[in-house]
Amino acid sequence: MSLSDPWVVLLACIGGTFVWRALGVAVASRIDISGNVFQWFNCVAYAMLAGLITRVLLIPSGTLAETPDIDRIAAMTGGLIIYFFYNRNIFIGTGTAFVLFLCLTAARHFGIL
Amino acid sequence: MTIAIIGQSAAFRLGVRDGLVMPFWMVLGSMIGFGSMARDSGVSLGVALGASFGIWGLPGQVAMVELFAVGLPVFAIVVASSMANMRFMPMCVVLMPHFRGNPTAVRWRYVLAQMLSINIWTVFMRRGPTLADADRLPFYLGVSIICLVAGGLGTTLGYEASGLLPLYVTVSLVFLNPAYFVFVFSSVRQRNCIIAVLVGAVAGPLLYQITPDWSVPVTGLLAGTAAFIIDKSMKVPA
Repeated sequence: MSLSDPWVVLLACIGGTFVWRALGVAVASRIDISGNVFQWFNCVAYAMLAGLITRVLLIPSGTLAETPDIDRIAAMTGGLIIYFFYNRNIFIGTGTAFVLFLCLTAARHFGIL
Repeated sequence: MTIAIIGQSAAFRLGVRDGLVMPFWMVLGSMIGFGSMARDSGVSLGVALGASFGIWGLPGQVAMVELFAVGLPVFAIVVASSMANMRFMPMCVVLMPHFRGNPTAVRWRYVLAQMLSINIWTVFMRRGPTLADADRLPFYLGVSIICLVAGGLGTTLGYEASGLLPLYVTVSLVFLNPAYFVFVFSSVRQRNCIIAVLVGAVAGPLLYQITPDWSVPVTGLLAGTAAFIIDKSMKVPA
């Protein structure tokens, strides 16, 4: 089994992600949850995830990168309007954004747009 | 916040139900995308499934498969894949204290951390704190099992049937999960979380243009710290 065997790479990558999980567990067992450090970690976690998600939608990589920016923005805008209109219903908001995006990409595929 | 004791088997079923409402479909959609990408990159179905279950964090999986296809040295692949999944560190810090009241959960904490994904995290952060200490672990396991099943199913479907689905369907499935998270994070209630989401959402794409490789941790540190300070400086405590 060579070092570039996909299974070796996989095992190393599993370890590479587990390092962060384990580090988080180690910090969590020593932290005071009513203290400022915990609140700061909370802010870091939410900011990190929110930043990652808007980046994936606005500057995607992979297959999403092949779709026009305007399609993703239009689908999300439509979804957000419906989401707030229906009393912040996550299910309806996500469904609207998904259907809008599907319609837009399908319309481009069939040459309607 | 009212704490309800609903019993362990009821909590497990609640987890399964919460998992089936949205996360199952989100994970299924994004893992179909990953499965078809893994096939295009030339790795076996076994390795693709191993990545889904073992790495269990899409950015790290994508980095591994993409860079393996390019033929980068192992060390470079591992560093890139690991960096892409750095978010698990603050996610675990925020999650784990919810299990302190349950000795079984404390004993198995590294296993629970290995099972964690962003979909499980967001569902747990909404429901978990409202449950009694003993009910949180079965709830977490219920959600996690549903997500893991979706992960395995999606990876296999995407790998085996990637050619059968038209591209506009596959790309829409990939779009589904990040779109869902926009709504999940739009419904966050705690003031410091709302500020962190807003600052992070703006900072993420901007910082990505400055430093693509480091944008996730840098966004977390800068935007998270800014949100923390803004929240503290507001006069009325949350």
